[in-house]
Amino acid sequence: MTKKIKLYILLIIIGIIMAFPFIWTVTSSFKPDNELFSFPPSLIIKNFTIKNYDYVLNIKGFSGYFFNSIIVSGLSVIINVLFCSMAGYAFAHLEFKHKNFWFFLLLATMMIPIQITLIPTFLIAKNFPLIGGNNLFGYGGTGLLNTYAGLIIPHIMSAFGVFMMRQFYLQIPKELAESARIDGASESIIFFKIFFPIGKSSIAALAIFTFTQAWDDFLWPLIITNDDSMRTLQLGLEIFKSQNSADWGPLMSATTLTIIPVLIIFIILQKYFIDISISSSLK
Amino acid sequence: MTKKSKKKIVKTAILFIMPVIIYNIIFKIIPIFYSLILSFTNYDGFSSPIFIGIKNYLELLKSQEFGNSILRTGIFALEVLPLNMLISLILAIMINNKIKGISFFRGIYYLPVITPMVAVSIIWVWLYDPEYGIINFLLSLFNIPPVYFLADSSTALSSISVMRIWRGVGWNMIIYLAGLQNISKNVYEAAKLDGATEIQSFWKITLPLLRPVHIYVLIVGIISTFQSFTEMYVMTGGGPLESTTTVGLLIYREAFEYMNMGMASSMSFILGIIILILSFMSFKLNSKNNEGV
Repeated sequence: MTKKIKLYILLIIIGIIMAFPFIWTVTSSFKPDNELFSFPPSLIIKNFTIKNYDYVLNIKGFSGYFFNSIIVSGLSVIINVLFCSMAGYAFAHLEFKHKNFWFFLLLATMMIPIQITLIPTFLIAKNFPLIGGNNLFGYGGTGLLNTYAGLIIPHIMSAFGVFMMRQFYLQIPKELAESARIDGASESIIFFKIFFPIGKSSIAALAIFTFTQAWDDFLWPLIITNDDSMRTLQLGLEIFKSQNSADWGPLMSATTLTIIPVLIIFIILQKYFIDISISSSLK
Repeated sequence: MTKKSKKKIVKTAILFIMPVIIYNIIFKIIPIFYSLILSFTNYDGFSSPIFIGIKNYLELLKSQEFGNSILRTGIFALEVLPLNMLISLILAIMINNKIKGISFFRGIYYLPVITPMVAVSIIWVWLYDPEYGIINFLLSLFNIPPVYFLADSSTALSSISVMRIWRGVGWNMIIYLAGLQNISKNVYEAAKLDGATEIQSFWKITLPLLRPVHIYVLIVGIISTFQSFTEMYVMTGGGPLESTTTVGLLIYREAFEYMNMGMASSMSFILGIIILILSFMSFKLNSKNNEGV
């Protein structure tokens, strides 16, 4: 019994250490300046204020950053889920030539460090033919710079997603597709009407994984955008910080706002998060 | 199956894998070769690249700035990885207990992992603030004068390491938990019958059987710490006195601030090779040790 109590005490102490930065951020965001910069600092808010949020939400561009992040993360999820489940299904259940070769090629791409592909990917995006004023050879315009298409490039069709969906579809017996074929269903109907819906839980996991990764991304939006209207939330947050580095109240409320979406998803789907971590550890 | 339907299946399969294959060829495979070619050029991103052979690499070999940034990145990894592994293993053992409310604690420990890096970095800048930061207040309770965590070149990198450990332990904890749950209970029971204490079982059973997990955690850790960029960019901008300029930050500056894309490509290739060698060494360490078991 005492052992159990000791464990609880330890769990709580570590829990406080892990959660404290968040608690401190949220409480700071509701404090007026005189409390924020008071000594000794206090965890309790004496004069609760939403002034900081009011300030941040009225900054020109902030809601735009939020909107851009939602679009980028949302599109990344939709494209990733669709194409990764299609490819995952094909690798698990359909027979074709050189299947193993293509699959290992995909797996190999997971091991390439981001720095190696960063500059070429930027150049490919910038010189994408026939887009953003570019000619057939990719000259003359800005290509995919400052576009949603450019922003989502790193987050669509991850090899990991294909791998994860393949693992899932491998557990489903091949006979399911066979019997549908005998009933005369076409190949695409077999996938979209039978296999795609079955994969709900894996698709949910892949969706969350993609969303949080796209939402978290900083380096790529920093490189691919220079137009303020195309910036994402993380980028906006960093710019806001460097412009108002002493304005801790608004800064803390802005930070809280960028965390809220992932926090909501996390609280609702906590179980999935843990599952993804484990399944991605098996890659 | 008829020939016709077989053909249909192949057609569907090709259609289904095509987008992913084409995407990965354009944005993963081609960039490796593209990057390799660029690393032998002088290229500003606008005018045509000028082929200069291995000049970039020769220059980097002599460059103190580049050497120092690699050293710093290595120190950062050495500060973060062992502590991260140790703490996450302890946490995993703790949350492996089947007691009430344990999933709540798992969730709390995991929370920093999914929080955006920019947000986490800003939060820690506030915690570390020399005048109003809560950490300096806590230190003042022990009569320790204010520490300029991020503004002092002797403490800046380690301050970022502490943040990284805090952020990363939740992830490794879950991986270790999965590893722990894979160890059969029979092994422990057999050891108990032989008179082994819990501490002996930990050293003789748990730790060795987790070896693949240690290696996995180590390799993923090497890859992620050697690529770190965002936290340095947001928390210190690489300063003070370049004390937090990691290779990732240096490559970014070289490519997108000074527009030396050729030189930056050479840097990224060297970084990629270092990561590859370290990962391979960790992997080898595993198979070599296994022969003895």
